[in-house]
Amino acid sequence: MSTGKLRIGYIPLVDAAALIVAVDLGFTAAENLEVELVREVSWSNVRDKLNLGLFDAAHLLAPVAVSSSLGIGHVRVPIVVPFNLGLNGNAITVSPRLFAALSGLADGDIADPKVSAVALARVVAECKSRNAEPLTFGMTFPFSHHNYQLRYWMGAGGIDPDEDVRLVVLPPPYMVESLTNGHVDGFCVGAPWNSVAVDAGIGRILHFGCEIQARVTEKVFAARERWATEHPDVLAAFVRALAAAATFAEQPANLAAVSAAIATRLTVDSEVVGRAITGNLKVAADGLVRADDRYLMIGRNGAARPDPVQAAWIYAQIVRWGQAPLSDESLALAQAVFRPDLYDAAVGVSPPLGPGRPADGIGGFIGPDFTATEIAGYIAFWRDKQPGRPRLLLVR
Amino acid sequence: MTKAQECLAFACTVRVSGEPPEFFALAETRKGSDSSGPGSQPQGGSRDSSLKIAIVDESPIRAAILEDGLREAGFTQVERIAETHNLLARVYAMDPDVILIDLESPSRDMLEQMFQMSRAVKRPVAMFVDQSDTASIQAAVDAGVSAYIVGGLKKERITSILDLCISRFNAFSRLQTELDRAKDALDERKVIDRAKGVLMKAKKFSEEEAYALMRKTAMNENKKIVDIAQSVLTAAEMFK
Repeated sequence: MSTGKLRIGYIPLVDAAALIVAVDLGFTAAENLEVELVREVSWSNVRDKLNLGLFDAAHLLAPVAVSSSLGIGHVRVPIVVPFNLGLNGNAITVSPRLFAALSGLADGDIADPKVSAVALARVVAECKSRNAEPLTFGMTFPFSHHNYQLRYWMGAGGIDPDEDVRLVVLPPPYMVESLTNGHVDGFCVGAPWNSVAVDAGIGRILHFGCEIQARVTEKVFAARERWATEHPDVLAAFVRALAAAATFAEQPANLAAVSAAIATRLTVDSEVVGRAITGNLKVAADGLVRADDRYLMIGRNGAARPDPVQAAWIYAQIVRWGQAPLSDESLALAQAVFRPDLYDAAVGVSPPLGPGRPADGIGGFIGPDFTATEIAGYIAFWRDKQPGRPRLLLVR
Repeated sequence: MTKAQECLAFACTVRVSGEPPEFFALAETRKGSDSSGPGSQPQGGSRDSSLKIAIVDESPIRAAILEDGLREAGFTQVERIAETHNLLARVYAMDPDVILIDLESPSRDMLEQMFQMSRAVKRPVAMFVDQSDTASIQAAVDAGVSAYIVGGLKKERITSILDLCISRFNAFSRLQTELDRAKDALDERKVIDRAKGVLMKAKKFSEEEAYALMRKTAMNENKKIVDIAQSVLTAAEMFK
């Protein structure tokens, strides 16, 4: 099964944990895999290098695995996902100024996204009435849960994210700086960047991603379908290494070693990494901590096993926000990207999903339950709730 | 041979072999590609000096090299966007026909947003990818550059630009390698000189004798002189 050294692309984020631990703490070596982790600076690069075969596999935004397989926004290259690197892990952070405004207009507990979404709509309305610049929010990529989670939250408050606010793509390392100098009023990004903003005293974590949706597949281990077909044994060995690493990474006794390995790759402080892994995040500069064990799920409760419902959810977001039209064919293609069969074949057992898995698999904080076969109805619910036309047009 | 063809030939020779056939086959499923086949050569005569070209590159030296090259080739409207803050606004303000961006720039993801038509975009943007461009895009990614075409521009109009870009990026990275090598050589020189000093002092050697001993040892042990010199320095450190 020798393929020489495998080149695996990644972006320095805590949700690459299983991959970093697998490679740097010996789990891939135990499977006789020789791996080079290649640090990248943009998701576009990761996608292109994976597509062109310059990477054998990569740490990838789950929505990019879907959009790439469907050929949305770029060349169509079928991708397979045999392993989830992490569920959840994002947070919405706002400037202290916006936080004060939201708190002032909130009817109830601002930590409840239903309350904060309505408060945000009030701030947006006030900006409009004063003819002020619209609020600007940063997110990491057009095809990302950062984009979709911000939109879902805003939509719940009656805000049209394409009309009432500005959503801009920002590379994660630029988020904090952009918040500092007022270029954005808030952002949705993964760890460690929310904590970096809080520690710098320029951001307040408003919501964890898991408070918006209880369970979404954030990053995946992605390979080209063709490569996966040609190298089934290598892929299976890699998945086994990742599964072992994911289990290792979440054991409290290993926290120091795991945080240190990740911190070295990310060149950040290991204490900040530890916050994300344990789900104990300082949310305000004054030291207020919020804890949620769903914050980032790496291996437990079946987190690592690809779930086609998640692919359907991603596709529903793509359609809801006008990035592609709805079709049964695309839905089927999207769901086929997530491959629990490859996971099961490599690991041997289906893990228990554990308590706390939402009934519909997603657990959005508002709106009807999600059903993969009823995406049209799901989207109609939101469209009827918020009249207006989809404004995003896809350009080829 | 036109200059553009030279560039293409150069780009082809530097391209490392990857797996273009797969990308190629998959790209064929795309609709709307225009008529020119995979084998078409860029035409020197089809260059259009009126094209407005934006360069997004965090390396000012490389951007300057590229800008010079484009100007030499007759493209007069070339502008570097140095500051990546608010990149999209700057791009909209400049309204270029072609955007060239280095792959080391995290800002590249910002440009991806242009694929999503929004009210702020005046003209459609596409990335320079198509079935006939497989070789070009692979060469471009290898060289570390990516191109975006604005406004439905026919791609053969920018083939020469991209090729020029690839050759300049490669030239830059060659320069960088040479510079690194020169620096390494200088560092090696310093190590050898220091080791000579150690030997001259410890064994009362002349400079020539010290060097001859290290050279002989290196030959006997089939190692580089600098490795022997480093061993001498390490040993000297331990005997201090």
